[in-house]
Amino acid sequence: MNVTSLAANADTQQFLTFKLAGEEYGVGILSVQEIRGWSAVTAIPHSPNWLLGVINLRGAVVPIIDLRIKFNFAKADYNEFTVVIILNVGARVTGIVVDGVSDVITLADEQIKPAPSLGSNTDTSHIIGFGTLDERMRILMDVEKLMASADLGSIKSLQ
Amino acid sequence: MTLDLAQFHDTFFEESFEALDSMEAALLKLSAGEVDFELINTIFRVAHSIKGGAATFGFTDVAGFTHVAETLLDQIRAGKRQVTPDLVDLFLRSGDLMRGMLVATKDKQPLDKARVAALHGEIEAVLASEPGSSAAPAPAAAAAPVAAKPAASAVTQQPGWKISFVPGPQLLRHGNDPLRILRELSTLGACVVRVDAMKIPPLSDLDAEECKMSWNIDLSGDVTEAAVRAVFEWVEGECDLRIQPIGVATPVAAAAPAAGTAATPVQVPAAIAAAPAASRAVEAAAEARGGEGGSIRVSIEKIDELLNSVGELVITQSVLSQLAAPLEGRDADELRNALVQLERHMRSLQESVMRVRMLPISFVFNRFPRLVRDLGQRLGKKIELRMNGDTTELDKTVLEKIGDPLVHLVRNSIDHGIEMPDARVANGKSASGTIELNAYHKGGSVVVEVSDDGGGLKKDKILAKARERGLVAADEELSEDRIFNLIFAPGFSTADVVSDVSGRGVGMDVVKRNINELGGHVQIYSTPGKGSMVRIRLPLTLAILDGQLARVGNEVYVVPIVSIVETMQVRKEMVSSIANQGEVFRLRDEYLPVVRLYDLFGIKPDHTDLLNGLLMIVEADGKRVGLFVDELMSQQQVVIKSLETNFRPVTGLAGATMLGDGRVALILDVPGVITRFQQASRDAAQRAA
Repeated sequence: MNVTSLAANADTQQFLTFKLAGEEYGVGILSVQEIRGWSAVTAIPHSPNWLLGVINLRGAVVPIIDLRIKFNFAKADYNEFTVVIILNVGARVTGIVVDGVSDVITLADEQIKPAPSLGSNTDTSHIIGFGTLDERMRILMDVEKLMASADLGSIKSLQ
Repeated sequence: MTLDLAQFHDTFFEESFEALDSMEAALLKLSAGEVDFELINTIFRVAHSIKGGAATFGFTDVAGFTHVAETLLDQIRAGKRQVTPDLVDLFLRSGDLMRGMLVATKDKQPLDKARVAALHGEIEAVLASEPGSSAAPAPAAAAAPVAAKPAASAVTQQPGWKISFVPGPQLLRHGNDPLRILRELSTLGACVVRVDAMKIPPLSDLDAEECKMSWNIDLSGDVTEAAVRAVFEWVEGECDLRIQPIGVATPVAAAAPAAGTAATPVQVPAAIAAAPAASRAVEAAAEARGGEGGSIRVSIEKIDELLNSVGELVITQSVLSQLAAPLEGRDADELRNALVQLERHMRSLQESVMRVRMLPISFVFNRFPRLVRDLGQRLGKKIELRMNGDTTELDKTVLEKIGDPLVHLVRNSIDHGIEMPDARVANGKSASGTIELNAYHKGGSVVVEVSDDGGGLKKDKILAKARERGLVAADEELSEDRIFNLIFAPGFSTADVVSDVSGRGVGMDVVKRNINELGGHVQIYSTPGKGSMVRIRLPLTLAILDGQLARVGNEVYVVPIVSIVETMQVRKEMVSSIANQGEVFRLRDEYLPVVRLYDLFGIKPDHTDLLNGLLMIVEADGKRVGLFVDELMSQQQVVIKSLETNFRPVTGLAGATMLGDGRVALILDVPGVITRFQQASRDAAQRAA
C-alpha cells in the first residue's frame, strides 16, 4: 500500500509522532511544515515562560513553544539533539520543541479512542484521543486547539 | 464547460473604478477651461468600456445608464455640442452615479433607482435639446456649418489642415481600413477628399491586398493637429503622413490645392501661431498616454514575498562576508572582491524591489481637485488648487494611510483658512484663494505640504481657548510653535460655528495620531493674514526602518533613529532618585526619568550601575526618557517583520528584524516602552504605598 492510496482513504489519518518526557505524542501530518534542529531564540519580554522566544525561519518571525514547560514536565536542556517541529496552523507558523521525532504512523479511525474525562481540573480540550498501534499508545493532539490554548492570539482563519 | 464570467467581475470593478477616476480628472481639466480633443476622448473611452463591460456581465442597469451618457459624449466628441460648465457638472454627477451603481452591483445591494432615473432623465433632456441651443455656441460648433460649405468660397477664413495620406503597401494586410480613417476625419470637420489612383497597376498585376491608392484631404474646422493625428494613430508607422495647416486659403489654393501653397506670406504667421498650440496638445496627449500604459497588476503578497526573499539574500550575503573575512591567500582576496560585488548588486536589487511597492502620490492627490471644487462651491468660496510633485513616490501602505489626514487638512484649509471672496478683496488679496499641495523627497523621507493663502491661525484665539479649556495655565507663556501645536489636542476647535465641514474639534488630533503611527511628524507654520502651512514628514516606506542597534546583556534591540534625541554617558552628579518615584537625571535644565531596559524586559544585563552603561534619550508624544542600555552597536536599515503574523502584538515592541548573523532582533516601540514604564512605576508606587 503506497502513500497516495493511504491519503485517499478517508478512514485513515497520518500522524507524526514525537517523544516528550517519556511519552509519545502525535500531531496530524498535514499541519507539519518541517522539522529542524535547535537554534538560539530571541526572547520576547513579558511573554509566558513556555514561550521561549522567536526564531528567524527564512525571513519569517516564528514563535517557539516548549511543550515540556507548557505541560508542566521537568525542563530539559536544549542541545544539538533537540528537535523543533514547525507547525502550520491556519495562516500561522509556530514551532514546538520536543525531545525527538519518532515516526509517521497511519491510524484507522477505529484505532483512535476518545480521550477519557480526567476530571474537571484537567484540561483535555487539545487532545483528539489516543491512538494505539503495535500495542503502544500515542497521545494525539489537536494542533489548532493547542495553539489556541497556547494564548497565541486568535488563530487566523484557515486560508 | 461554461465560462464562469463571475471570476472576471473583480477585475472589471477595479478597472472601472480606476477608469472613473481618470474620467473625473479629465472632466475637471475640462471644467478648468482646457478644451482638448484628447480629454473628451478619454472620457468617452471610459464610458464606452464601462458600458461594454457592464453589458457583457449582464449589469443592465449600469449599461443602460452609461449608454445615454455615452450618447451625449459622442455628440460632444463629434463636435455637435459644446462643452459647457453645466455639462461638465452633469457628467461629474453621472460619474458619481456610475460609481455608486458599480459599488451597489459589486456588493449586491439594491440600486438607487430614483436617482438613476432622475439623472437619466436629465441627460435625455439635454439630448433632446437642440445641439446648437447651448448658452455659449462654441467656435467649433459655429465653425462647422460655415466650413461645411466647400472651401470654394473665395476668402474662407477658416483654419484647417491639408493632409496627405499615402498608405504603405502593408496597411490593408494589417487590418486597417482607410475608409474608417476618412470617415473619422469627416467627423472633425468638413473634408474635401481627393483620391490618387495613379499608382494602381493594370488588373493583371493587381494584388487585392496591397494598397496602392493615396489620398489628399483638405480638412477645415477648428481642430488641433493632435486631434487629426489621433485619427491616424493606428496607421502612423505604415503610411506617409503629412499634415500642414491651411491658414488663410487663397482662391488659388482653394481651387487647386497643391502642396506648394504654404509659401504664401499670409500663411506663415498663421502657421507659427498654430505650431506652439499644436505641440502643446501633442505633449499633453503623449503625457496622457505615458500615464496610462506600461504597467501590470501584481498582488501585493507577491511583492512582499519577493521582498522577503531579497531580505534573506542580504542576510546570506552578510554571513558569507563574515565567513570570508578571516580567510587568507590569493584566492581569498578574489573571493572577497567577488563578495563586495555581490553586496553592491544585492543593495541595488533590494532598492529595486522596494521601489516596486512605491506609487506616485498622485493616487492621493487626484481626489483633491474634485473635493476643492465641490466644497468651494458649497461654501461660496473661490479656490484655486495647485499641486506640485505629484509624481513623488511613496510606499503603498504609507500612501493608503496618508489619504484621510490630507483630506482633513485640505478641508480645514478650505473651511477655516481661505476667507470669503469679499473679505479677501477687503484685505487687499485676490478674490480667489489658493491651496497648494506640495510633495517632495528630502533626506530619506517624503515631505508633503498643505498650504493656503488664507487668514492664518489666530494665535490669541487658540491660546484663549486653550486657557479656557485648562490645557494651558493662565500665566503660562508659550512659544509660537507650542501654541500652534495646541490645535492637535483632542476636541480642540476655535471655530465659532460648527459647520458640516469642520469645527467639531475632531480631526486634527486624529491627523496627528495617524501621521505619528506612520512614523512621521507634523509641523505648522502660519503668518496672520498671509496664510498657513502644514508640513508633514513621512518615512519613504514602512517596510524598512533606520535603526540604532543597542545591546542589553545577550539581547540586541533596534531603536528607531527617529525617536532618539541623543545618547550620553551619565556622570554621578546628574542622577538622583526620588522616593517611590524611581530615578531621574538632569539633562541640561530638564529632569528626565531613567528607564532601565533590562528591568522592564526582565533580562540579565552586563551593567546595573548607571555610570557604566549608556543612556539613550528617546522621545515619543512629547515625552522624553533616558533608556539605559549596555552598549551601542551599529546603525543600520532593518527590514521590519510583524510579530502579529505568527504571534500577537506586544506592548513596547514595534516588530522584529533579522540581523546579519541570522538572529532575530526586536524593534522597540518607544511610545509603548514609555507607557509600559509608566505603568510599571505606578504599580511599584502603589505597592509601596
